[in-house]
Formats: sequence, structure tokens, C-alpha cells
Amino acid sequence: MDATNTLAAPPLAQSRVRPGRRRADAVLRGFCALATLLGVIVLGSILLMLIVQGVRGFTSTLLTQPTPGPGSEGGGIANAVLGSLVLTTIGIVIATPVGVMAGTFLAEYGRTSKLSFVIRFLNDILLSAPSILIGLFIYTLMVRPMGSYSGWAGGVALAIIATPVIVRTTEDMLSLVPGTLREAGVALGAPPSTVIMKVTWRAASAGIVTGIILALARIAGETAPLLFTALNNNSWFNADLMGGIPNLPVMIYQFALSPYPNWQQLAWAGALLITMTILALSVIARVVIKPQRAR
Amino acid sequence: MSTAAASVTTDRQFQASAKTGADTNAPVRIAVKGLNFYYGHFHGLKNIDLNFHDRQVTALIGPSGCGKSTLLRTFNRIYSLYPEQRAEGQILLDGMNILDPKIDLNDLRARVGMVFQKPTPFPMSIYDNVAFGIRLYEKLGKSDLDDRVETSLRKAALWDEVKDKLKQSGMGLSGGQQQRLCIARTVAQRPDVILFDEPTSALDPISTGRIEELIEQLRDEFTIAIVTHNMQQAARISQFTAFMYLGELVEVGPTDRLFMNPTERRTQDYITGRFG
Amino acid sequence: MPALTETIVLARTRATAARKGPSKNLDTLFRACAYGAALLVLIVLAGILSAIIYGGLPAFQQFGLGFLTSSAWNVGTEQYGALVAVTGTLISALLALAIGVPISLGIAIYLTQLCPNWARKPVAMTIELLAAVPSIIYGMWGLFIFAPLFARFIEIPVSNIVEGLPIIGTVLYARIPSGVGVLTAGIILAIMIVPFVASIARDMIDQIPTIMRESAYGVGCTTWEVVRFVLIRHASVSIIGAIMLGLGRALGETMAVTFVVGNANRLSASIFDPGSTIASRIANEFNEADGMQLNALMALGCILFVITFIVLVAARILTRRVRVG
Repeated sequence: MDATNTLAAPPLAQSRVRPGRRRADAVLRGFCALATLLGVIVLGSILLMLIVQGVRGFTSTLLTQPTPGPGSEGGGIANAVLGSLVLTTIGIVIATPVGVMAGTFLAEYGRTSKLSFVIRFLNDILLSAPSILIGLFIYTLMVRPMGSYSGWAGGVALAIIATPVIVRTTEDMLSLVPGTLREAGVALGAPPSTVIMKVTWRAASAGIVTGIILALARIAGETAPLLFTALNNNSWFNADLMGGIPNLPVMIYQFALSPYPNWQQLAWAGALLITMTILALSVIARVVIKPQRAR
Repeated sequence: MSTAAASVTTDRQFQASAKTGADTNAPVRIAVKGLNFYYGHFHGLKNIDLNFHDRQVTALIGPSGCGKSTLLRTFNRIYSLYPEQRAEGQILLDGMNILDPKIDLNDLRARVGMVFQKPTPFPMSIYDNVAFGIRLYEKLGKSDLDDRVETSLRKAALWDEVKDKLKQSGMGLSGGQQQRLCIARTVAQRPDVILFDEPTSALDPISTGRIEELIEQLRDEFTIAIVTHNMQQAARISQFTAFMYLGELVEVGPTDRLFMNPTERRTQDYITGRFG
Repeated sequence: MPALTETIVLARTRATAARKGPSKNLDTLFRACAYGAALLVLIVLAGILSAIIYGGLPAFQQFGLGFLTSSAWNVGTEQYGALVAVTGTLISALLALAIGVPISLGIAIYLTQLCPNWARKPVAMTIELLAAVPSIIYGMWGLFIFAPLFARFIEIPVSNIVEGLPIIGTVLYARIPSGVGVLTAGIILAIMIVPFVASIARDMIDQIPTIMRESAYGVGCTTWEVVRFVLIRHASVSIIGAIMLGLGRALGETMAVTFVVGNANRLSASIFDPGSTIASRIANEFNEADGMQLNALMALGCILFVITFIVLVAARILTRRVRVG
């Protein structure tokens, strides 16, 4: 506005940035740094809590004995660990073929069809749907008709949670495979299924495996859907997986809120074990995906 | 209507040529008759008539978007991967119309090999890359398969470089090596025709030279069609050249004649660099 | 044409070497499997919906619309209403957004604009790992670590200050300062949605062309001004989508809330007081419930499904352009 002002450039030391702008900027920078710090502190304090409380529970019997009954001393969480392994395995064994095939359909066959659009949409809904509702669904579908809680019901509930994760990552990873690679396969006279199985799946394999690991990490700690499907119990389980199946998440839930100190101790040990496992899986998943991104 | 007229001119031009290599009497392997191509509503190829002769290299040249790659992609019907693309007319491969809906596409593609603009090694070992196409159609014993892989790699001038690392991933090779691997993979299937879609556009000059040499050698065995945006390349390696512009085939003839003495004004403008 | 006969001869010689193609059946089977698997996704979602409606129908028939407006939850007299749980769900989720969204955006901005390069990866990884911690662990952390601190350093001092004041004196007054309650649930939920919202917001900001940012800095903008006028504005639609996604998670979160919400069945005007959410009530009562109580819990699940479905659909529509682009 003032002609003299523009002609004679102000000395550099005398900045033209109004103090108000500087202050707003400083506040923003401070807030953002603080927010990030808060996130780091929360994770740190969770890990600290688990280690401080949980390590004491790592006794010699922890992984050899089943959970003790109410009021009885000692015991371990061996049955819950084994039960969790069984449930998670059932879940991932069901979810992997279904998820990979569905993701393959979306990425390879039905890229633009209306049906795939709807399925993609609903899969994203299922991905974020409250897990407790999936528990209610399986309760109605399996527990009530079969007349009993069972490992099968728990496993299927976990599979329903894992599947959308695998569908989504499989589709995303297959979409990253360059179209020319598919064309090259087709140009050799390979039918679509061969191109998919031998070429595109291979090209996307690291990403698909990552999706499966992430799904595993997701269901390993799920509690809500197991409450009314696998439930929990304090003994070893039957080979037919009928009746309540001991499992870590529900065990932790019940024992942490119980009045017995040894139960609480076991809950903390279980919590430490499960969290470390899941964090390790998540880190592995991120390391696996790295070469994929670099390419 | 113009179909007959066009093919008459073409034939006369062929006979008029007496320059190196261009064997105008070689049998016709691919005969394109009245081909029209559509991307949705866009008319990509307009009434193309063109012959490809046995064991000759035919180059398709023209400015970007002229339809030369589109034309190439009709010969193995790779375009039919994309539902919105369709072709009308006739393409006769050894007298058989490959645009016939009843045609077995996989078999067609095994007979018409294709090498792409960018190298497309599959994420598997060098050996498996070459064996991929063979395994699809033939059940060979281990030693037969080994022989075929070796022969194919030799034909692609890659054997000496990879013979000690056949089990390593094909992705680990250099760009030029990858492209030769793709050629070996195509050759291994023993196709009748090999299509090259700008095979050197992603390569450095030295690798380009090797691929060009290779195409010369492959001509002994295969009918070759190559799309290139590089006129010198077309002049160096092809016996016949077809110039395309805006989806139309402007002129086709023996390469030397077409470059020395084009009959069409637009061809002359293009090869003298006045547009494109 | 002399070429014609030769062509035929050639065609014949080639035909003798006819190739045995790969099996067509396998191809069809594979495609059918993929198709079936994709349809399964659709069927499961439809199954969830119908199972919950089927279970909840008796309660809706018995209580009608009154189910939504009644705050009763009496097992003895078989009177059930959804009001307390629905209110608790909505309030705790909204509190979670109010607290979590600014933090998420702060983290996203820090990671994309301010963080020194060497720290970017580890810090981003730490934030992402927050999303991997199981919700039951958040529940334990909330109940055993956060709640006592919250009671001591926030609830008691605040209650003392606001006591007797109008409105604030009610909303922020803790009758029993135990540290658990609707606000605590909101805070824990906020922590749980932060990694999701932050990572989506970060991706959005990363997708804005660098040239936009550079030209803003080029005219002398401060970081704050770049963020406010360029980044947030450009990514706003998808950031709202990310927030909706966070809301969807907060609404349906079960275990963490069950630990810290207090599980009280009364409507209280104070956010320091215990309450309950739909999910926490189902988790607490479902295993011991039968008859009408079971139906009422299913009906609650039905309401939760409808609310989250609407929120997630909105989120998906708002973030759609992101996936395509």
C-alpha cells in the first residue's frame, strides 16, 4: 500500500510476519508435537504396565498347568494358550481361502462390475462392523442350534472378523500388480486361472501374506465375539471342541475382574503374552510388506 | 469397397520392390481384411487391410495414438481382456479367422507370441519363466524340458549370461536381459508369429542393439510384426513397413521403398519429420 | 493369389503339431470358487442383520417404539428400554471424537510436516502399533492405570471447583469420584481411534501434490497457514470420512468400554458418572440372559447395527475417492 515500503525492502532482521501469525504457528507446532508425544507415551505406559504386572506371573507352571478353579492356588494358563491357538487357527484356516478368493474375484474378475462394487462396499462395512455383533450372529447361527458353546463357533466368529481384512489386502495388493504382467501371461496362452495362480498371486504374495498376518494379529486378541461363542472354562478342552473352550482373551477378561489375586496375576501374565505376540505379528507384517513397496 | 482396391495396390507395390530381404512372394501368414476396432465409442482402427508375410519382419510405424499398438493387439486378441474393446472384420491367421467368437483364445495366444513394451518377467526363476509357456501346452520330461529351455535361451542370446543362475529370480536381471528373457519365453512355445510391441522403448542403446540383432535372427523361423516409434529401427530391421495415421493404414510396402520413395504425402511428411 | 495354397499347406503342417491346451474345467471351477467366496461376504452381512433382527423382534413387538424412549432395564419386572444404553453409546463415542480427532490430526500433521526425517518411521510405527493393541488391554489399562489417576487429578479437583455451579456443576460433578464413567470411556475410545484416524489423515495429506504445499510456502505461509488453508482444505472430505470411520469403531467397541464405563443402568446428567453402552450391556448380560431379556439385548444389537451401518456407509462414501485415486 505504501509506495516507500515496497520500494525500500525492509532489512531481513526486521521480519514482516506479524507476531500473531508466528504465535499461531508456534501453537500448532507445539500441539502437534504434543499430540504425537501423547500417543508414544500411551503405548509406552501400556507396555510398561504389562511388563511390570505381567512378568511376575511368568512362573514355571504358567505354560504347563491349566487355569485354577475359583479360590484354588497356583495354576497356569496352558489350556487358555492352547485354546487360543486352536481358535485362531480355525479362524485363519477358514478365512484365508475365502478371503483370498474373494479378493481375487474383486481384483481379477469383477474389477468394474456392479456386483463387485456392492461386495467391495459391504466388505468395508464388515471390516469395521462391531465384533460383538458377529458374536451375536454366531450365537444365533451355531451356539443355539447346537445347544452348546463350542470351539467351532468361536473359530467361525473369528473367521468372519479375519475375512474382510484378507479380502481387502488381497484386492489392494493384486491391484498393484502391473496389468502388463497379466497380459504377458495371457499372451502365452495361459487361461485366466493359471495367470492368477502362477503369476499375479506370486507377484502379490508378500502383500497377501502381510494381509493374513494382520488378520491373525487382529483376531488373536479379539474378546467380544468369543464371549457368547467359545466362552471359557478352567479345564482342558475336549478334542471335539464342544462345550466352553478356554482362551486367553476371555480368560483375561474374567480373571482381571475377579477378586482372587492369583487369577489377577494370571490375567496379567496372559495379557503380556498376548500383547507381545500381537505386536510382534504386526511388526513382522510391516517388515514383510517392505520389499513389496520398494518395487 | 476400398478393401479390394487397397489390397491390389499393396500387392503391386510388393512386386515393384526388389530390395534386400523383402520377399514379396513369401506366403501370407496373417491377412487383415476390413478390420475396424472400437474402444467403447471411439473408433480406433478404420477399415484396415494388411498382409504379413511368412518369415518377414513387418514394422508398424506412425505417431503416438495412430493405432499401431491397437492393431498389433488384435492379432492375439489380447484386447478381449477388456470388455469395452471390440474388433470387427476379419483377421486370417493361416486362413483361419481369429476374430471368430468360437476360436480358442488360449490356443491362439500360444500360436501368436507377444513381447511387450516393458520387460514382463514373471516373479519366478529364470528357468521357470522360460518353461512357463511350454508347461501349459506340452508334457515334457525333465531332460526334454531342459533342452528346450536351453535352446530358447540360446535363441534369445541370453544363455551364456544366465546358464549358471537358472534358479535365480528373473526379476534380478537387467532390463535388457529381462526383455531377452521374455523373448526366450515366447520363443520356447514355438509360436508361428511373434508380435513385438515397442520392445526396446524402455532399454538403453546397447540393449536395444542386441534386441534388434536378435529380431533379425528370429526372422529365420518366425513371422514377426513389430510396433516401433523409432523410424531408424524400422528401417534397420524390417522387410516391410506399414505407416499408420489416425487409425488408418496410410501406406504399406517393402521398407526400403517406403522410406526412399513413399507414394503418400503423409508418409513422406512423417518420415522426414514434418510431424509426429 | 499364389499365396493361398501355400497358406493352406502351412496351416496343415502346423495343425499336426496341435497343442493340448490346459483344462477348461479347472478354469471354470476356479472362477466359480472366487465368485462364491465373494458372494459369501454378502451373505454373511445379510446373515448378521437377519439373525439380530430375528432375535430382537419379540422385544420390538412387545415394547414398540417405547423401547427406544424407555430408560427402564428391569430383569425382575421384564421391563426393558434402550434409552440409557443408546445415550451412553452416543455420548461416549462423541466424546471420543471430540478428544481423539484433534489429537489424530495433530499426529498426522506432525508426521507429514514437522517430524525430522530420521524419526518419521519409528514414530509412525509406534502410532500404528497403538491400533494393534487388543481392546481388552486398553480396558485393563483404562481401569487399573488411567482411572485412578483420572479420579485423583481430574475428577476430584474439577468436582470441587464446579460444585454448586449451574449446568457445569451437574455435567462435570462426580458423586462418587471412582475414575470410571462415560467420560473415561470416551477418553479410552479416543485413544483407540487415534491411530486409525491419524493414519488415514496422514495418507490423505501425503496424497496432496507437493507442488500445492510448496507454492503455499513459496508465498510466505507459515506451517500453520499451509495446514489450515491448503492441507486441511484439500483433504477435508476424506478426513471427515476418516472421522466417521473412527466414530464407527467407537460406537461398537466393547471390551475396553466394558472395563471403564461403570456399567450402571441409570441416566445421569454428569459425564463423570458411570453409565453403559449397547456393546457393554450385551457383553455383561448376554450369557446370563434368557427370555425377554435376551430378546431385548438382541434388539439393542439391532439398534447398534443400524447406527454403525449408517456411519460406516457415510465413511465409505466420503473416503471412496481416495481408494480410486
